[in-house]
Amino acid sequence: MITAVRKPMEEIIACVEPYDRILLVGCNECVSVCSAGGRKEVALLASALHMHFMKQGKTMDIREMTLERQCDPEYVEELVTSVDGADAVLSMACGCGVQTIAARYREKPVFPAVNTTFMGASERQGVWSERCQGCGDCVLGITGGICPIARCSKRLMNGPCGGSTKGKCEIDANIDCAWQLIWDRLKALGLERRIEDIMEAKDWRTSRDGGPRKIIREDLAS
Amino acid sequence: MSDTFEPEIVAFCCHYCAYTAADMAGSKRISYPPNVKIIRVPCTGKVDAIHIMKALEKGADGVYVAGCLEGDCHFKTGNIRAAHRVRRVQALLEEIGVEPQRVEMITMSAGMGERFAKTARDFTEKIRQLGPSPVTTAARDSRRRAVS
Repeated sequence: MITAVRKPMEEIIACVEPYDRILLVGCNECVSVCSAGGRKEVALLASALHMHFMKQGKTMDIREMTLERQCDPEYVEELVTSVDGADAVLSMACGCGVQTIAARYREKPVFPAVNTTFMGASERQGVWSERCQGCGDCVLGITGGICPIARCSKRLMNGPCGGSTKGKCEIDANIDCAWQLIWDRLKALGLERRIEDIMEAKDWRTSRDGGPRKIIREDLAS
Repeated sequence: MSDTFEPEIVAFCCHYCAYTAADMAGSKRISYPPNVKIIRVPCTGKVDAIHIMKALEKGADGVYVAGCLEGDCHFKTGNIRAAHRVRRVQALLEEIGVEPQRVEMITMSAGMGERFAKTARDFTEKIRQLGPSPVTTAARDSRRRAVS
């Protein structure tokens, strides 16, 4: 999922302060799962903003809405009537959702209420970790299902480096060395010989080095 | 102001402990301030951050969540979860300039009628010292200005 964390209230307040009517929009997908921008978080942020502005003696009209998926024009269309009654939109979705709203409702200022953080997985209740950087050329099949790009601090394709100590990374003792994990996993699978296969320099053009990416499925695109 | 100020306090009380303790206080004829308005919940784990925030937004000067003693939750960890949520609300309140002390997590057992009453007295006194909630004060002032 795409993970996010709420921005500091000070930053959010500074964005919406000049307006009187705010449409606060959440998303039922990833940000809901990582408890950053779902229905509950929308209600909580609305309440905090109400209180802040009441404290200032200002009545802020905040309309709450949570879309099924904010990165999909089909669902963003549902805002069409509510947007009219708002001076600005505050989105609790990831950057994709914010941009979908901005593209559809060009005349309305749109502000993000969360910082989109990474593509990650849930480790346990309340803990999410980065697992993928969307490099566009997945190597998980040869690294035992552990990504050296997302999980090695140096993105080494042939590790570990000299900074790996007792299975931990030199940048932080709480971070597992991805290459230690890869070694352990390959060993468990009886594939430890693979660690000696040298991976060639990665072609980063499939990643961000190739500029903004796009997928066009001819069979689906209209 | 603080001499005449009577705070409005909302207490979310767990059915299995704090609510029963309140009952116990009543049976023992131990008085506690009428400022405390009790909302019975099946477990403090049922109390969400939004419930606390809404109570404050709608005019409460203080809110406390009263659950079972640590390790004694009828639903195992409801009180621990509630304590985490209370801390989260305190942090959020701090961010918007509202005193985090207006929200508290308290634990007690069903037999602690005295503790329930003392907690209610202490918390009421603490909020009385803090004064009216800045949220409701400003809203009231602005309404008054609009009328006059």
